[in-house]
Amino acid sequence: MGDGVIPMSLFIGILQWLLVPALSPLVVGTVRKIKARLQNRQGAPIWQPYRQLWKLWHKDEVISTDASWIFRAAPYIVFGVTLVLGATIPVFQQEALLPAAGDFLVIIYLLSLSTFWLALAGLDVGSPFGGLGASREMTMTALTEGSLLFSLLTVALATKTTHISTMIERLPDLAPVTFIPLFIAFIAFCVALLAENKRYPFDNPATHLELTMIHEAMILEYSGKRLALLEWAAANKLIFFLWLGTTLFWPSAGLVIALIKVAVLAAGVALLESSSAKLRYFRLPDVLWMAWLLGVAAVVLLAL
Amino acid sequence: MMLFEVPFLLVIMLVSLGLGALGALLAWQKDELAHLWGSLTAAIGSAAAILTGASVLSSGEVFSWEAPTSFLLLHLALKIDTLAAFFLIIIGTIALLATIYGVSYLRQFYGHYRLSSFLFFYNIFVGSLFLVITAEQALYFLLVWEIMSLSSYFLVIFEHREDANRRAGLKYFVMTHVATTFISLMFLTLYAATGSLRFADFTAGAAVLPVGVASVVFLLALLGFGTKAGVIPLHIWLPDAHPAAPASISALMSGVMIKTGIFMLLRVCFEWLPIGPVWWGVVVLMLGALSSLLGVLYALAEHDIKRLLAYHSVENIGIILLGMGSGLIFVSLGQPALALVGLLGALYHTMNHAIFKTLLFFGAGAVVSATGTKNMEEYGGLIKRMPYTAGFFLVGCLAISGIVPFNGFASEWLIFQSLFAGLGGSSSLLQGSFILAIAALAFTGGLAAACFVKAFGVTFLARPRSVASERAVEAKGPMVASMSVLAALCLALGVWPSRVVVVLQRVASVWPQFTSDALAVAPNMITVREGFGGLSMWPVFVGLVAAVAVGAVMTGIVSRRQRVRLGATWNCGTPLTPRMEMSATAFSRSLIIMWRGVLRSTKQTEVEYLDAQMRYFARSRTVTMELLNIYSHFLYRPAARLLFRLSHQTKRIQSGNVNMYLLYIFVTLCALLLWATA
Repeated sequence: MGDGVIPMSLFIGILQWLLVPALSPLVVGTVRKIKARLQNRQGAPIWQPYRQLWKLWHKDEVISTDASWIFRAAPYIVFGVTLVLGATIPVFQQEALLPAAGDFLVIIYLLSLSTFWLALAGLDVGSPFGGLGASREMTMTALTEGSLLFSLLTVALATKTTHISTMIERLPDLAPVTFIPLFIAFIAFCVALLAENKRYPFDNPATHLELTMIHEAMILEYSGKRLALLEWAAANKLIFFLWLGTTLFWPSAGLVIALIKVAVLAAGVALLESSSAKLRYFRLPDVLWMAWLLGVAAVVLLAL
Repeated sequence: MMLFEVPFLLVIMLVSLGLGALGALLAWQKDELAHLWGSLTAAIGSAAAILTGASVLSSGEVFSWEAPTSFLLLHLALKIDTLAAFFLIIIGTIALLATIYGVSYLRQFYGHYRLSSFLFFYNIFVGSLFLVITAEQALYFLLVWEIMSLSSYFLVIFEHREDANRRAGLKYFVMTHVATTFISLMFLTLYAATGSLRFADFTAGAAVLPVGVASVVFLLALLGFGTKAGVIPLHIWLPDAHPAAPASISALMSGVMIKTGIFMLLRVCFEWLPIGPVWWGVVVLMLGALSSLLGVLYALAEHDIKRLLAYHSVENIGIILLGMGSGLIFVSLGQPALALVGLLGALYHTMNHAIFKTLLFFGAGAVVSATGTKNMEEYGGLIKRMPYTAGFFLVGCLAISGIVPFNGFASEWLIFQSLFAGLGGSSSLLQGSFILAIAALAFTGGLAAACFVKAFGVTFLARPRSVASERAVEAKGPMVASMSVLAALCLALGVWPSRVVVVLQRVASVWPQFTSDALAVAPNMITVREGFGGLSMWPVFVGLVAAVAVGAVMTGIVSRRQRVRLGATWNCGTPLTPRMEMSATAFSRSLIIMWRGVLRSTKQTEVEYLDAQMRYFARSRTVTMELLNIYSHFLYRPAARLLFRLSHQTKRIQSGNVNMYLLYIFVTLCALLLWATA
């Protein structure tokens, strides 16, 4: 075991794993601040989501009498999934904390686990909003699978591996001719990012109109500590997707550059949210089919 | 050296099941006695089959037995190799668990239907399943195949006073004999080509079979065994027959009987036929993609819980065919190492589907007997009344959706990896087929998750929507016990896939042409294609549990002073009624609208007005939402019409005129004389 109680690689691995839940509220706060500035408002400070989580943890909870143990357990499982996803990302070093979960199919189906439980929690309370949110969420997820899988598949075929750590490692060594397929796959991944994280044009994360909600509708009944867990889990998922989008498709050059890339992508999301409208629900499948076709085009171009 | 003596076990199995059938029949009026006796013998027979399979699989020795009969062409021939042993273990386990489940499930039929006939056919059905897997001669195979079809027919129509069940049974009867016709034609072709009815001679003659004959055999096998397996468009009997049968029979049929079709397809494609052209594999791949996607789309439209599960059987057979298709393509391309990955994925998914589908049907059976209805719209809130059933049903839902860390994910991972391997080839037609297959598998996974959120959520969650659901009681001990075993298997087979793959490699050793170059199995790690992909589920499972624990501990510490109060669900202040909840029809409505081109959904609104002239105030409004049955509309009805038209034309021979009949005899005699002298 060598020097000290904990080996260095494990220590760095734990550190980079803790970075994900630590930084995610900051990313959400930054996106909200940029949106506020673009809308000519001052906006809340970028540390506001931390204060909000702290506030939620120190509030009492109200649970519906119709809810069962599924409602009570779902936030822990959803949060746990985002922690496991955070453990697959290599930040400082190549070795992530849980490399076994780094296969991109494992990642996609772990996300499926969190979506499943969140949808069940929405149905558990028997409210029309939760049910509607669950129905829309499962519909959108079913259609997003195609674009998400094909965009990640493009990178996998280019780097000849399905493990994301190895993909990131081999990305700088790829031939320049792979740039175009990877760029097209990046666009498809961005659509999948917006769909999975329920951002514009799929869902408005700041809406208070229950009939237009998707993600917010499923967590409408939650309060107190469970709501804190779910809000934090959503932030974790956003930073995870932003990180994947920047490191899997664009070769990295150190930690600072990577963080700047994440900030740029987050700013892009904020810009999109400030300049476009949410699409009507039945227009969304068109966007997702197009994203899937972009993914297929990327795979075909790569094979040529 | 075998673990146990296989002949001894086989004798126990057959004698037990035979005595069981006979005893059940003799106890004609006594339901309880027949139930006890039949269940005991079926359990002993199934256990003997499991031990037989385990013995052959562990020792690797092939067991053969043959005896001639008084009929010239019929030989009773048995052969148990590692593939048959694998299927014997699966069938034996499911049959044993179904028997245990039936101990309390069948009590609801006491006094209503005759259980002695049920147990008679049940023992024969289970015995025929074992005999089909171990058959080694064509005519004997057809004999036991027919016994299997007939006994399952009588089990499907067990609740024979319902019209729907009898119609379902008739459809099943017709389709299974269509399958038998194609299978008989296949055997006739093979007999004509090799001159023997023995399977060993088919394997030996495989190398010299001309491509045209081999293709004919392949297509006949695909049509015949595909009908049994439930491949689209030959699946039309499945969604009617599985709901009509009692739950333990649905589980046996869906989990095990349709797999006999897959078993024989594997034998035909990889043992009896030479290395064929690539289009064979492409056809199987495309059929698999079609079946999986359409199966799950039709399942989404269902609100009868057992029909939903039946359509998911179609979907999972499609996934198994995807693995088989990729295996066939790689065999044709001369890459047997890559073919093994697809084949192992198909075998793994066969086993997984048997387990989680049986679990789901057991849960559905418990719910149907507790509430008295199969309509999901009348369920609701059952998780509070039937907590164990709900918990195990949830495990089944997670497993069938392919969610980490259950067994469905492990087999789908293997099939995905085999499909990814196909993208590296040079033929654009092949690459296109693989891309379509990957897309089909990806979308199927997402749609299946949506369907099972609906199935579990609408059945068990929220508030009860009918009086029957308010009064439902938990299932009895044996039912819960059998479900718990299956749920544990779902988790175990998902968390330790490397151990399963080691066993499957042994099973696949029956085809020596498949080498393990593309697959490396280490403790807790499966590596495909020299590091292209690696699967290690145990660390993921441990990590997940640890992450959930970390979240729980952290929350417990930070929020330790906060309390939890109970209140009513927020409904904008309006009264909470069961009508406020999401219904099964509404949940999947948006997906059906999005896929309406494929599903051909229709919506009809009928309004009855108070005053027919004014048509202003409506008295009642009826909305009917249906899916057009495109198979009966475009395939089966036109085929039936063609058949009737042809027979109508043939009827012209019967003119009723005696002189015409004499003319027929005269012409035939002349023709025969000419032919005999020529």
